[in-house]
Amino acid sequence: MIEGARWRRWVFFNLPLTLFVIGLLFPFYWMVVTTVRPDAELYRPWMAPNYTPFWTFHPTLDHIRYLLGETLFSRWMLNTFFISLLATAISLFCGLLAGYALSRLKFPFAGSLGTGIFITYLVPQTLLFIPLADIIRNFHLGDTPWALILTYPTFLIPFCTWLLMGYFKAIPRELEECARIDGATRWQAMFYIVFPVAVPGILSAGIFAFTLSWNEFIYALVFLSSPEQKTVSVGVTSELVRGDVFYWGSLMAGALLGSIPVALIYSFFVEYYVAGITGSVKG
Amino acid sequence: MARVIIRNLNKKFDGVHAVKNVNLEIHDKEFVVLVGPSGCGKTTTLRMVAGLESITSGEILIGDRVVNELPPMDRDIAMVFQNYALYPHMSVYDNMAFGLKMRGFDRLEIANRVQAGAEILGIQEQLNRKPRQLSGGQRQRVALGRAIVRHPQVFLFDEPLSNLDAKLRIQMRVEIKKIHVRLGTTAIYVTHDQVEAMTLGDRVVVMKDGVVQQVGEPLELYNEPANRFVASFIGSPAMNFATVEMADAGGALWARHEGIRIKLPAEIAGRLRRHVGESVTLGIRPEDLRVASDSDTADLSFDAVVEVIEKLGSQILLDVKVGPHTMVAAVDPTVRAKVHDRLRLALNPDRLYFFDGVSQLAI
Repeated sequence: MIEGARWRRWVFFNLPLTLFVIGLLFPFYWMVVTTVRPDAELYRPWMAPNYTPFWTFHPTLDHIRYLLGETLFSRWMLNTFFISLLATAISLFCGLLAGYALSRLKFPFAGSLGTGIFITYLVPQTLLFIPLADIIRNFHLGDTPWALILTYPTFLIPFCTWLLMGYFKAIPRELEECARIDGATRWQAMFYIVFPVAVPGILSAGIFAFTLSWNEFIYALVFLSSPEQKTVSVGVTSELVRGDVFYWGSLMAGALLGSIPVALIYSFFVEYYVAGITGSVKG
Repeated sequence: MARVIIRNLNKKFDGVHAVKNVNLEIHDKEFVVLVGPSGCGKTTTLRMVAGLESITSGEILIGDRVVNELPPMDRDIAMVFQNYALYPHMSVYDNMAFGLKMRGFDRLEIANRVQAGAEILGIQEQLNRKPRQLSGGQRQRVALGRAIVRHPQVFLFDEPLSNLDAKLRIQMRVEIKKIHVRLGTTAIYVTHDQVEAMTLGDRVVVMKDGVVQQVGEPLELYNEPANRFVASFIGSPAMNFATVEMADAGGALWARHEGIRIKLPAEIAGRLRRHVGESVTLGIRPEDLRVASDSDTADLSFDAVVEVIEKLGSQILLDVKVGPHTMVAAVDPTVRAKVHDRLRLALNPDRLYFFDGVSQLAI
């Protein structure tokens, strides 16, 4: 908090914060308004006397009805859930073991291996999808969910490993040493002591991984082609933009419904999430 | 219950020789304290006994078993760490029960042992709490409790009291001693605090730079330090040192330097005679100095200028300048002295220490 006179607090804290929040939330507001706005209002020219861009007096659920009834939206949601869940599970499992090993075990090249994993995370997906496409074709995985379930970990595992590595390093080594003297094997010490203590970190890695796969676009666009295999991000944009016609109402409805699960997950775990990122463990 | 034998123990960390050829025999039921300044290898030695650190060369026996290759869990030891290392997600009860559960004790036996342990330490009320809800002293008790419920062959303590405040530290020190007397389990205790070492240890091992300097009972270390390091490390305030020349004059042996001229008593003159003409280090404990009276001979006293006066209550510490040397004298609280006063200090001729000028070993 900024100390001092009240006007200072307003000018340097409250006002910028308000502007920031409005700027962040406006796209979501726009999304909601567009979703419930009837087509007649949506395509009304801006010079029209009854033009009201930020509000509607005739809310309608037509776009949502269309989205759920006439498109494969619910199928896309299921696909996205299935793919994100499995990709997250695989990445979290590998990330846990790799993060633990890199932070705790002494083996040759542990340090450079950690850096190497981080560097792979920095390779842009827009380059990586080219060789991956070849691999997907060779394994005949194209146009199946497995094309994404197996390629998402290429960027999720480095991410989870790196995040968990930092988290494990913050857990006092003595906890584990004490458990091992108490009669636990390394595996038992890991499962009974280290992982429970690391729950905030594991949760935030999981949430992050899930969100990243939920929002992923480029791999989904390249590796999936038939409409019934698509994920939300690709399905909505490819099926509701036909030629140069944008079905704005349904597009926004798709975006709105597609972001609800992620928003729910975040709001449930926000406390763990913050603790995980700031990495606070008290002994 | 078991004895612990350490033979020719060495530890090297990428080029650093942290523990050098340590030999130690710890008897059954003995309380041995490893003490020394930080980086002296005491903690590394303890961690090798625990199995948390690999052994570069040498042998460690617990009971009659060589444990070099045994994992920590199979060594039948319990360890108390400096930062307590309580499992933060478990209640106090579960913390204490963890080791027993891991070893497959049945539920009833676990409950009995945890209850008994909690009673010894007075933490019955806290059994259902989480570690973060406890004060520092209570956490320390839980850490101790977790060790004692296991009924191990050996207790290992790694500076367990250094995170506590001074008052609590003294209280817990007494408690650890009581527990040891009650349970009689062999214990190895690491600390950098010489007072803790002297009060707790049946025997004390003084280490420096990875080498054992001296092993002995507390008073033995205090009265007969093997070298200058042990002499300076044991005792508070620390021993005073002055470099003096040995000279033979008029049939008697004299220790001389600027401001100091002491005639050595015949009993110790004998063994010091071969150092005549050499420079040696003279050591005098602060408590062996007092303000001289008229009956004191000039041969066993010297002039000093008071620089600082520390009034402790039971005694007064005078920081004085003797020629070029700074010394501390612990004198009677009735002494009235002022800063810059010049007074004459008498010493106890039976309690003079001499160390070789080169090897620093006691002469």
